[in-house]
Amino acid sequence: MAYHIPEELLYTKSHEWVRFDEDGTALVGITDFAQHSLGDIVFINLPEQGQHAAAGEQLADVESVKAVEGILSPVTGTVLCVNEALDEAPEAVNEDPYGAWIVRIGDIAGRGELLDAAQYRAHVEQEEA
Amino acid sequence: MKLLFERSREGSGCAILPPLDVPECLPSPELMRKTPLRLPQVAEVDLSRHYAALEKRAFGVNDGFYPLGSCTMKYNPKVNEQIAALPGFAKLHPLSDERDVQGAMEVYFRAGTCLAAITGMDYMTFQAAAGAHGEFLGLLLIRAYHRDRGDFARKKILVPDSAHGTNPASAAMAGFEVVSIPSTADGRVDLEALRMAAGPDTAGLMLTNPNTLGIFDENILEITRIVHAAGGLNYYDGANLNAIMGVARPGDMGFDVVHLNLHKTFSTPHGGGGPGSGAVGVKAFLADFLPRRQVRKELGGYHFVDPPKSVGAVKAFYGNFAVVVKAFAYLLSLGPDGVRQAAECAVLNANYLMHALRPGYTPAIEGMCMHEFVLSLEALKRETGVSALDVAKGMIDGGMHPPTMYFPMIVHEALMLEPTETESRQTLDWAAGVMLEILRKARENPESLHAAPVTAPVRRLDEVTAARRPVLRYPF
Repeated sequence: MAYHIPEELLYTKSHEWVRFDEDGTALVGITDFAQHSLGDIVFINLPEQGQHAAAGEQLADVESVKAVEGILSPVTGTVLCVNEALDEAPEAVNEDPYGAWIVRIGDIAGRGELLDAAQYRAHVEQEEA
Repeated sequence: MKLLFERSREGSGCAILPPLDVPECLPSPELMRKTPLRLPQVAEVDLSRHYAALEKRAFGVNDGFYPLGSCTMKYNPKVNEQIAALPGFAKLHPLSDERDVQGAMEVYFRAGTCLAAITGMDYMTFQAAAGAHGEFLGLLLIRAYHRDRGDFARKKILVPDSAHGTNPASAAMAGFEVVSIPSTADGRVDLEALRMAAGPDTAGLMLTNPNTLGIFDENILEITRIVHAAGGLNYYDGANLNAIMGVARPGDMGFDVVHLNLHKTFSTPHGGGGPGSGAVGVKAFLADFLPRRQVRKELGGYHFVDPPKSVGAVKAFYGNFAVVVKAFAYLLSLGPDGVRQAAECAVLNANYLMHALRPGYTPAIEGMCMHEFVLSLEALKRETGVSALDVAKGMIDGGMHPPTMYFPMIVHEALMLEPTETESRQTLDWAAGVMLEILRKARENPESLHAAPVTAPVRRLDEVTAARRPVLRYPF
């Protein structure tokens, strides 16, 4: 199956995407593969603004009709803001996983293991096999 | 179908009361309601029909095959109900003096002795009202044990990724941090990962054995040894005890605390009807921390004692007593040999059904299973578009209850079946036939399975909208 994997983003092995912006902050969401595996998302448990985020540790959790999965932070830093629109419309993550960001992280002090689009595509193909 | 409130008609009723022949005595006006309580008003015959109609729409173990995995939906022998309904049990008052309820206390004591013998524990308590409640209590005991030793550093509970979801939830509720331990490809605990995770911050490990893949982890002695060596305790989730009762004992595997679901393994009603009982067993070194009101046998009879370092009460009074009576009736009916035979037949039935499904279905893990097994329908979904959900809905049309779906989460497109010991070979053959027929349909006419169920009172429900926009109140 072909999943949308934008070239300009970086990815984690646990299927989050991250975009580093020029102001030094990072936008985080889950990938097309993640939303597809989860199925219809019904709730996203968002973190609090100001909360500490540690690379590789749970940042939020996402509940679908099939499962509840943790969203792991790709970076270490502080949660600057969360996409509150997801409280009302979690389905946005299914419809547009790269538009429906989940949190913005600032004060970035470290990064976990991040993959570029080609590496992530290989990782997804390996998981599919 | 109408709700009882929608059936209500002003002036209907089902109480015929005699005229008041004593002086009327009412509470003072400020304690009285200003408006009458809005209760449905229906005649007795309509009330009776309402509940009979509801009952007809339900599907329970008395209606047909119910292979819900990791839940042990076993048949509930009717003698259990007769015993629990005896007035000497059913009409007890919880505040009775212990001298007047020696028989009931004997039930607690002897049921506890039987279950301690089955699990290899020293003491049992029946205060917890259900399985997760028992887990919570077990974790409070582990916490109390560490604190009593002056060790406040043990904040982590290790939980394998194949665990029941209640394990990490109970650990979090009890104030612990949860560390997930991965499974190996063959469904066992990854020993290397466990060794890496266990340390001076480990309070304990929670484990189900056989696990939710229906696999008995042969490394169990090494697993519990690793945790003990790190200073943690081992907690046995008894949800799958049905596979090993009378054969092997958690206490001999290195477990310090267990909980049992009397409503699964010991044949008391399960699910919806409740109430349950999450009996908790401990090794002697944890006895001082048990909830208050433990029954002990001393000279002159049975007594309640409050353990000196008790974690307190987790429920009012003594737990769900009638459930314990039913479980004890079951234990006495079967006897030690019968308990073992039930486990052996449960395992045999699961293996028989797994084998009968082989022509079409692929088990997630190769080899023999215990009391339940997991199928992965990933290939079927890829080839035909028919998912585990579609097959489960097709099974409703086939006349059986669907199995557990999409669990354990480490298996894709999982169906998890647990036939239990009471199903006959004929029933298992029939069930395998229904499921193989569904497979044929999946290849020839997948659309028909996307549309299933067609014979149930309701069709496919909109689970997504129900979860996203739940309507939790009925306005009236």
